[in-house]
Amino acid sequence: MGKTLAEKILSQKSGQDARAGDIVIAPVDLVFLQDTTGPLTARQFQATGFQRPANPKACHIFIDHAAPSPSRELADDHIFLRRFARETGCGLSDVGEGVCHQLVAELWANPGDIIVGADSHTVTAGGVGAFATGMGSSDVAIAMALGQTWFRVPETFKIAGEGDLARGVTAKDIILYLIGQLGADGATYKSLEFVGAAFSKMNMEGRLTIANMAIEAGAKVGLFPSDRVTRDFLKAGGRGARYQPIQPDADATYERVVEVDIPRLEPMVARPHTVDNVVPARELKGTRIEQVLLGTCTNGRLGDLALAASILKGKKCHPETRLVVAPASRAVFKAAIEAGYITDLLDAGAAIVTAGCGPCLGLHQGALGKGESCLSTSNRNFKGRMGNPEGFIYLASPATAAATALRGEITDPREVI
Amino acid sequence: MIKGKAHKFGDDVSTDLIVPGRLAHLRSNLPELAKHVLEDADPTFAGRVKPGDFVVAGKNFGMGSSREHAPLVIKMAGVSAVLARSVARIFFRNAINQGLPILICDTSRISNGDELEVDMARGMVNDITSGVELSFGKIPPVMMAILGSGGLIPYIQKYKGFQLPG
Repeated sequence: MGKTLAEKILSQKSGQDARAGDIVIAPVDLVFLQDTTGPLTARQFQATGFQRPANPKACHIFIDHAAPSPSRELADDHIFLRRFARETGCGLSDVGEGVCHQLVAELWANPGDIIVGADSHTVTAGGVGAFATGMGSSDVAIAMALGQTWFRVPETFKIAGEGDLARGVTAKDIILYLIGQLGADGATYKSLEFVGAAFSKMNMEGRLTIANMAIEAGAKVGLFPSDRVTRDFLKAGGRGARYQPIQPDADATYERVVEVDIPRLEPMVARPHTVDNVVPARELKGTRIEQVLLGTCTNGRLGDLALAASILKGKKCHPETRLVVAPASRAVFKAAIEAGYITDLLDAGAAIVTAGCGPCLGLHQGALGKGESCLSTSNRNFKGRMGNPEGFIYLASPATAAATALRGEITDPREVI
Repeated sequence: MIKGKAHKFGDDVSTDLIVPGRLAHLRSNLPELAKHVLEDADPTFAGRVKPGDFVVAGKNFGMGSSREHAPLVIKMAGVSAVLARSVARIFFRNAINQGLPILICDTSRISNGDELEVDMARGMVNDITSGVELSFGKIPPVMMAILGSGGLIPYIQKYKGFQLPG
């Protein structure tokens, strides 16, 4: 009997015939932590009595969530993490290098790898075909120490899509629509596997956006087959030798098949306070927005900034709407400067912040005031997420974000492009 | 046998409601962080909860981030177990790793303030106030062993690695 992508990768790595429902122990290719979950991870590692990771070269620490530090307490956490990296031999990406998930995709994730990170959006690397999943601090500390962890092999939902997206509709709209269909816990413990021409034609940026949000339906991983797009992406990053094709078997067993009518999709928006509260953007016309956030690990890549810049070029943001831009990495930031996108966004009135997580998780750089609404290209709109339980967060694509920044109210981007 | 009072919460209680990002500066000061447990879901909870009490929630409890501080501060508040209709994946593993039992059962039959008695060995919740008895689902043996050791760190200290039964 055939295997899903999740079963294939976990079989290959564990050396067992891994089938949905089995529990396996598998080696990890990359273990990482970041500055809000990292200090607890490092302390759990030390508390267990470990000095060195099993393989320090496979361990990495990112200072991206509160970077640069907004407080002395978090600055002290950063000091602790930098020292921990020196003492254990783990790699370190410091302030301004970018969001962990973007850097993992740009630099390290390979098809068929197993990656665990102390951050729920670790699933992003599923876009590259890596079995990548978020875990808590204790699990990540032990994975660092032992170089392996245990997994329950997930059942798989096959997400099938054919055809082309309409103008103004993006990968973000696909995943928002899908989460609306599945529900915020509709895929809990499952693997989402994205197949069909719509996904095989999709570029790596779109794949990363979709995989990034698999967790918002509760999923353990969001996996794309490794194919020519994966090969070209690795090659462009100087990692062509790490390519291996991985496709699910035609006779693999799926718990559920969900077909998405790609050509008929519209720009979508997730309303407060859950990611599955999704409607077409046009239905929210007239909803006042005080802040637009463009960026983050979901939509802070070069293509996202290019799309927003193309809509805002030569225009001005609405006078009562502030636009905050957080590029996903330093490489993205630099490329966006060189391509002129940053100038276009600045001329439109944007505030550009450090490459990193930006205001997404409510630490700094754009916490919401009482009763304020933010339309964000990020992945979470939970109550309190952006620093204030009395704020409101709407999630949408970079195109919808740019159109909304122009009009000052939620706007279907097809009205302005 | 564990005894305590039920504190009810709704569906989709996120880790942001349990321990919000705006308090990230307190994550290396756990006693201070724990004073804010579930603050954005119910500001009175931290003041009312007594050792041994239960958090009783609807579906998808603990959705969202991987922050293990969420089950950690619930445990630090003295909560003996979380009862929920369903629980988010990362939160589930984190809670077990912190030695906090997660009991999946039909929590719609429990009312706020009910006195509960939990029999871990039999897998039963007895609602003393209403007389309702509920069974809760089994968890995988590897997680039972971690829970039985008091959490992942003591488990690894004891066994030096993961032991899969059979």
